[in-house]
Amino acid sequence: MHTWGWRVGEFFHTFFAAPVGGIIEAPLFFLEVVIGGLMAGVMYSLVALGFVLIFKASGVFNFAQGTMVLFAALCFVGFLEMGAALWIAFPLTLAIMVALAFVVERVVLRPLVNQEHIILFMSTIGIAFFLEGFGELLWGGDVHELDIGLPDGALFVGEILIQQNDLVAAAAASIMVAVLAFFFHYTRVGRALRAVADDHQAALSIGIPLQQIWFIVWAVAGAVALVAGIMWGQKLGVQFSLSVIALKALPVLILGGFTSIPGAIVGGLIVGVGEKVAEVFWGQALGGAIEEWFAYILALVFLLFRPQGLFGERIIERV
Amino acid sequence: MFYREAGDFKSTYAEDQALFPIALDRWFVLAAAVMACGVPLVASEYWLSTIFLPVLILSIAAIGLNLLTGYAGQLSLGAGGFMACGAYMAYKFTTAFPELNMVVVFALSGLSAAAVGIVFGIPSLRIKGFYLAVTTLAAQFFLLWLFTKVPWFVNYSISGVPTAPPREMFGVPVTGASASVEARYYLVLALTAILALLAKNLVRGRIGREWMAIRDMDIAAEIIGIRPLKTKLTAFAISSFYCGVAGALWSFCYINIVEPTAFDINRSFAILFMIIIGGLGSILGSFLGAAFITLLPVFLNNAPALFNLQISSTLVSHIEFMVFGALIIFFLIVEPHGLARLWQIAKEKLRLWPFPH
Repeated sequence: MHTWGWRVGEFFHTFFAAPVGGIIEAPLFFLEVVIGGLMAGVMYSLVALGFVLIFKASGVFNFAQGTMVLFAALCFVGFLEMGAALWIAFPLTLAIMVALAFVVERVVLRPLVNQEHIILFMSTIGIAFFLEGFGELLWGGDVHELDIGLPDGALFVGEILIQQNDLVAAAAASIMVAVLAFFFHYTRVGRALRAVADDHQAALSIGIPLQQIWFIVWAVAGAVALVAGIMWGQKLGVQFSLSVIALKALPVLILGGFTSIPGAIVGGLIVGVGEKVAEVFWGQALGGAIEEWFAYILALVFLLFRPQGLFGERIIERV
Repeated sequence: MFYREAGDFKSTYAEDQALFPIALDRWFVLAAAVMACGVPLVASEYWLSTIFLPVLILSIAAIGLNLLTGYAGQLSLGAGGFMACGAYMAYKFTTAFPELNMVVVFALSGLSAAAVGIVFGIPSLRIKGFYLAVTTLAAQFFLLWLFTKVPWFVNYSISGVPTAPPREMFGVPVTGASASVEARYYLVLALTAILALLAKNLVRGRIGREWMAIRDMDIAAEIIGIRPLKTKLTAFAISSFYCGVAGALWSFCYINIVEPTAFDINRSFAILFMIIIGGLGSILGSFLGAAFITLLPVFLNNAPALFNLQISSTLVSHIEFMVFGALIIFFLIVEPHGLARLWQIAKEKLRLWPFPH
C-alpha cells in the first residue's frame, strides 16, 4: 500500500507536473498544438456560423445545420464525380441549397409559425433525418474523396509545422465572415435581417416580410454549410461522420452565445485549442479519447459562470 | 355516448381525488393491464422479443424523460447516458452481490443513476432552455466515455462488453440469454406498471405541481415559494432513476449484454422523439410515443415485402431515414401536442358520438 502522501504526489505529477512540464520543455511543440487547435477551431466555427445565422433571424435552433454541411458536400462531390467542372459544380450546389431553403420555409417553418421553440427544434431534427437519408439515396453511402486542388501538405514556419489546407480553411472562413459582415451591415436585406433578429414584432410592423427573411437566412446558412462542407470534405473526405463532427458545433455555440457571430468564431477557436491541448497533454493521464467530451464539459463549466455565453445577449427575466 | 363523465357521481373526497376518477378510465386501464398479461398466450416469441420488450422498456425511459422535460420543462439530451449508468451499475451490483434480488438490483442501479443525474442537474439552476440541452450532452458523452475507458465498471472483462449474468427470481431465470422470453416479459411488464403508476401519482401530487409551476415560469414559481433548487434537482433525480432502471432492463432483459453502443446519442434522441411524438407532459403519451418510434422502423422494414416490391436493403435503410424524418415533421405540423392529444380529441368526439348536436 502506498501512503496518502505518495498518492497525492502521484496525482499531482500525472495531472499537473507532467503535462505542464511537457509544455515548458517543448514550447515550440506546444505552439504547434495550439495552432493546430486554432485551425480545427476555425472548422467548428464554420459550422457554428450557420446555426447562429438561423437562430438570430428566426429563433429556430437548427439542428440540421450539421446535416446540411454533409448534404452540401455530398452534392458538390457528386457533381464533381459526374464530371462537372469546379465552376459549374459550385453554383449548382448553391442552387440546390437555396432550393432546400425554399422548401424548408414552405413545408416546415410556415405551418409551424407560432409554435413553441422545442417543436421547431424537433422539426429541424426531422429535417436532419430526411436530409441524411436523401443524401445517401442520391449519392450513396461511401466515403468520397474531395480534391479541388487546394494546396495540401505541410508548411514550416520557423520550426513549426502547419497544414496548408488548414490555412486555406482559415482564409476561407475569414473571407466568409467579412462577406457576411458586409452583407449584414451595408445591404438592405442585411439590415432587414438585423431588424428581425432584434425584434420580430417590431420588424413585422414596419413591413418586413418575415417569411421572406426566413427563406433568405436559410439560404445563407446553406451557402455557409457548402463552404464548411468543402473545407471539411477536403480534410477528411466526404462521409457520414461529418454530421457527427458537426455536433461539436453545439458547445462552440453555447460558449459563444447563440446570437453572436463573433461569438461563434471565438467559441470555435477556444474549443479547438482547448480540445487539442487537453488531448495532447492531459489525454494520456485520463485514458485517451477525451476529445469526445472535453468540449461539452468545457462549455458546461463555462456556462456556470456566464449562462448566456461569451457574447450572448444578457438574459433578463421578468415575471 | 360511449365515453362520458356524466352520471359518474362521487360521494367522498377520496373518490374525487382517485388516480383515475372516471369509471370508464379505470375499466380501460384494467383492461389494458389484463390484455398485457395475456399477450404471451397469443403473441409469438418473435413479437414478444422484438416488439413488446423494447416498447415496454423504452416506455420507462420515455416516462423518465417526460417527467423531466414534459413536466419540469428541463430539456435534456442525456437520457442515453443515464440509461448506460443504470445498466453498468446493475452489472456491478449483481456481480458483487449475486444473491441480491434482481428487483433490488434494478432499484439500486436506478438510485445510482439518480445520484449522477443530480450532479448533471446542478447546472440547470443557472442554465436554461437550449443552453441546458447542450450541457446535458456533456453527460451523454462523458458518461459513455467513462464506462468505456474505466475497466472497473465491467470487472476488468477482456472484451469490455460483458454478457448479462443469469439471475433467478422465484426459481425462474429472468435475466441473461437462458431466461425465457415470457419470464423476462412479465418482469419488465410488472416493473413498467409499477413505475408508470408511481409516475402518475407523482405528477398529480405536490411534487408534480411544483414541476409544472417551474416549467410554466420558473421566476413566478420561485416567487410563490417553490424552491427551484429542490424542485429541479428532484426532477433530474427521479427522471434519471427511471432512465437508469430502463437502461438496466435493456441490458439485462433485452439485449443480454452490457455495452455502451446501446446507449449512444441516437438513443437519447430516440427517447426525446418518443415524448414529443407521444405528447409532452403525458404518461400515456410516453407509452404511445415509445410504441410508435419502435414500431415505425419495423413497419418500414417490412412494408416493401407487403407490397411485393423488390428493394435492396441499403435503399430501404435510406428511405427509412427519409420517411422517419418526414413523418416527424408531418406529426409536428398536424398535431404538435402529440399522440396523447389525439387520444384526448378522440375522447371528446366519443362523448358526443353518435349525436353530435
